[in-house]
Amino acid sequence: MARVVVEVMLKPEILDPQGKAVQGALSRLGFAGISGVRQGKRFELEIDGELTPERITQLHDVAATLLANPVIEDFAVHAGEASGRAR
Amino acid sequence: MRIGVVTFPGSLDDVDALRAVRWSGAEAVSLWHGDADLRGVDAVVLPGGFSYGDYLRCGAIARFAPVMTAVVAAARDQMPVLGICNGFQVLCEAHLLPGALIRNSHRRFVCRDQRLRIEATGTAWTSAYEVGDEIVIPLKNGEGAYVADTGTLDRLEADGRVVARYLGADPNGAARAIAGICNQRGNVVGLMPHPEHAVEELCGPSTDGRGFFTSVLAAAVPA
Repeated sequence: MARVVVEVMLKPEILDPQGKAVQGALSRLGFAGISGVRQGKRFELEIDGELTPERITQLHDVAATLLANPVIEDFAVHAGEASGRAR
Repeated sequence: MRIGVVTFPGSLDDVDALRAVRWSGAEAVSLWHGDADLRGVDAVVLPGGFSYGDYLRCGAIARFAPVMTAVVAAARDQMPVLGICNGFQVLCEAHLLPGALIRNSHRRFVCRDQRLRIEATGTAWTSAYEVGDEIVIPLKNGEGAYVADTGTLDRLEADGRVVARYLGADPNGAARAIAGICNQRGNVVGLMPHPEHAVEELCGPSTDGRGFFTSVLAAAVPA
């Protein structure tokens, strides 16, 4: 059993109104010095069996097919030592 | 002429879409998200709402519903497909249309009667209009800002695939005020505002939405 984490973030050029709302709330609460907030998603996948390179490649497909929309989002697959980024 | 309207879990506007189809004179056929069967329809409407609760991303789960396998295949075979609001989001997620719909730039849900200009009439769903027609139909969305990279936007403009554009104050931050687009062949149209809410004078700001449903009567390819 292995745990793989997939992080999904809006591409930098895509406006993130949720992050902007959080940033606005922080400044209203008096937390100074935070000049930007961007909100993303984190998926924790429990994987049966061993994490082979083939499985990790498959998990990139999982991320690109469903977890992220590559038109507007970047994702990163973190699988212990064998982590990889995809844009 | 039989026109199908898909009901996903969380669809809201499927009944109004069925009603608009009946108003146009076509036979309205209910399609179920779990059935990979289009029941012999000649065209399909993907209605507005919050399919699968908008979990993950708007339209992201609906795109993989069994019925969508059949819709995608039929769309590639030139069957007219209209995605309204959530349906537009589903069409983008299914890659039948380029780009994506993201949260309104002003962060508020918008619900108002929206003025639009029709800019493409070579599509299966807009042939009843003239280029430059100004219409008023309801707009209601939280994630209605159309985005695509600059190259895609330029290509859409150059190919005349911007079907409708918002007029007046920017309602949601959509790139280049785009309210609707179509695919290369013009059989697949995605539209953020709601023509199905504007087919009868009793309810709705106008009857300007009728043209979408009458256009397709002339366009459908026999199944």
